[in-house]
Amino acid sequence: MTIRHSDRPPTAAAAARRRIPGTGGRTAAIFLVPFFSLFVVAMIAPVVYAIGLSLFAQKRSGLGFGGAETVFVGLENYLNVLSSETFVGGFGRLFLYCLMYIPIMLGLALVFALLLDAIVTKAKRAFQLFLFLPHAVPGVIAALIWAYLYTPGISPIVSTLAAGGIQIDFLSVHMVLPSIVNIAVWEWTGYNVIILFTALQAVPRDILEAARVDGASELRSALSIKTPLILPALSVTLLFTVIGTLQMFTEPQILSKATTAVTSTWVPNMWAYDAAFNRNNLPQAAAASIILALLAGLLSWAVTRLSSKGRTR
Amino acid sequence: MTATLNARPARAEAGSGAPAAATGPARRGRRPQRALGSTIGVNGILVLGAAYMVLPILWLVFAATKDTKDLYGTGAFSFGDFSLWSNIVDVVTEGDGIFLRWMANSVMYAGVGAIIGGLISVMAGYAFDKFEFRGKGALFGAVLVGVLIPNTATVLPLYLLGAAVGLTNTVWAVIIPVLCNPFSVYLARVFSAGYVPDETLEAARVDGASPLRTFFSVGLPMLAPGFVTIALFQFVGIWNNFMLPLVMLQNRDLFPVSVGMSLWQGYAVPQPEFTPMVITGSFLSIIPLVVAFILLQRFWRAGLSAGSIK
Repeated sequence: MTIRHSDRPPTAAAAARRRIPGTGGRTAAIFLVPFFSLFVVAMIAPVVYAIGLSLFAQKRSGLGFGGAETVFVGLENYLNVLSSETFVGGFGRLFLYCLMYIPIMLGLALVFALLLDAIVTKAKRAFQLFLFLPHAVPGVIAALIWAYLYTPGISPIVSTLAAGGIQIDFLSVHMVLPSIVNIAVWEWTGYNVIILFTALQAVPRDILEAARVDGASELRSALSIKTPLILPALSVTLLFTVIGTLQMFTEPQILSKATTAVTSTWVPNMWAYDAAFNRNNLPQAAAASIILALLAGLLSWAVTRLSSKGRTR
Repeated sequence: MTATLNARPARAEAGSGAPAAATGPARRGRRPQRALGSTIGVNGILVLGAAYMVLPILWLVFAATKDTKDLYGTGAFSFGDFSLWSNIVDVVTEGDGIFLRWMANSVMYAGVGAIIGGLISVMAGYAFDKFEFRGKGALFGAVLVGVLIPNTATVLPLYLLGAAVGLTNTVWAVIIPVLCNPFSVYLARVFSAGYVPDETLEAARVDGASPLRTFFSVGLPMLAPGFVTIALFQFVGIWNNFMLPLVMLQNRDLFPVSVGMSLWQGYAVPQPEFTPMVITGSFLSIIPLVVAFILLQRFWRAGLSAGSIK
């Protein structure tokens, strides 16, 4: 994240503003109260409640009568979640998914953005729109479209490959993860192309001009001038991609109805959903959600640290 | 092109003021052929990329015109008996017109979330940009933490809390959470710094306008393009939302169209005659978004650049 405001030196205008009545805390409160009330209700309170819930469990009382009672168990739910084979297996899948998805998607996005920025490219606006179009398709619908495009009998892809002698079952146990990677690449590449392309537009033209005068080819200046200069934008896209990956839910949830290769606990989010609605274990669902949120925070922090280090180097 | 003034005089002809595209070929004899080759190469790769992005959507358009038999029997990009109209009739009449109800729900949730949520975010971002107050850094830090927490990580906690206070399975359960969007506040702060000069507000204050009055009559109109961008992003985000409504709502009359389509997809497993309805319903449900994106290009471009560069 490049946050310009927090570290911006106070300008003369800002200094003058501080003395003006009606721009201080009381006025600011009128503008900020709606947002922060919602922030408390929709983000802080649920997380606090979930943490509270995750520390208790339903236990049968010692003599077996009187039914279940709620007892404080400390971190037991967390230990149970973390030692669950299916939960950890879900993270294994997410990790494999990241290894495939992040390099492919960001690599493609960078290539397309550099090509769009190339001088010889025609019809730049039309290409941008076409590349971005999948982002206008909701995740559910994107997953549905691709689910059909993976289904033998309906899919033109499967039948074309079969005509060429290649038999691939996109929905088999081994292929379903790459198949989901493809759906995500389709959905998100164009979005990141636009971000990187906008960053490329901000690269000072005189630097490129000087390189060209010195005999650098366009390919050379794309790789050794433009790409390093848009590293900040690349790290922002990396950050949001990592956060987005942990959220994975929609695509496997939709595909789970099209193939038995995707189980009901296939990724951590589905595990938590399954805990809440199929296994009726709300404390474990709460614990799993908190683990996911913590991990997302940790990863975001790590990515921000890494990318800001890379920039100062 | 002004940079040529600093370039070495011997090579200054390379940029003598002509548009960049026209300066290349003049330098060496071999150059035009190479430029033609790379023009074809570069544009060719982009055409392939565009095809990858557009063909699945085109497949959906063609598939929406087919009945169950043609879906399995005809080529993907050819027409069968052209059953689009009868498919549409099937979709909108199924279950007493529940599809139209789902579409209306989506429009309502996304519309309210975009306009009211957008306004709330713009007010907060404007305050962060224009006002000085104690705890500003800490509060904005909280906003940034909110940006970094994945939406789906708070969905189950929201459900658990909602269940405790009896708000699940109501419209509030899917509207209240989407009104709060930290990323919009961040965007609004960037837009406010870019679009609203401090001097205008000072002038309004000297004229005796209250801060709220100044915001609504001076600040907000100047922020209008930023507001449209934020509202567009929220609209799309809410329209695409799946996990929150799936978790919160049991009453299918309250479903947005995304959850409705996934319900029908489940029906299509034992009853293949639902397959054309899932496909046609999906097709109908993306039309509003695709049209909005094509018409509002200027605004999503602005949002994507403000969100990443600044």
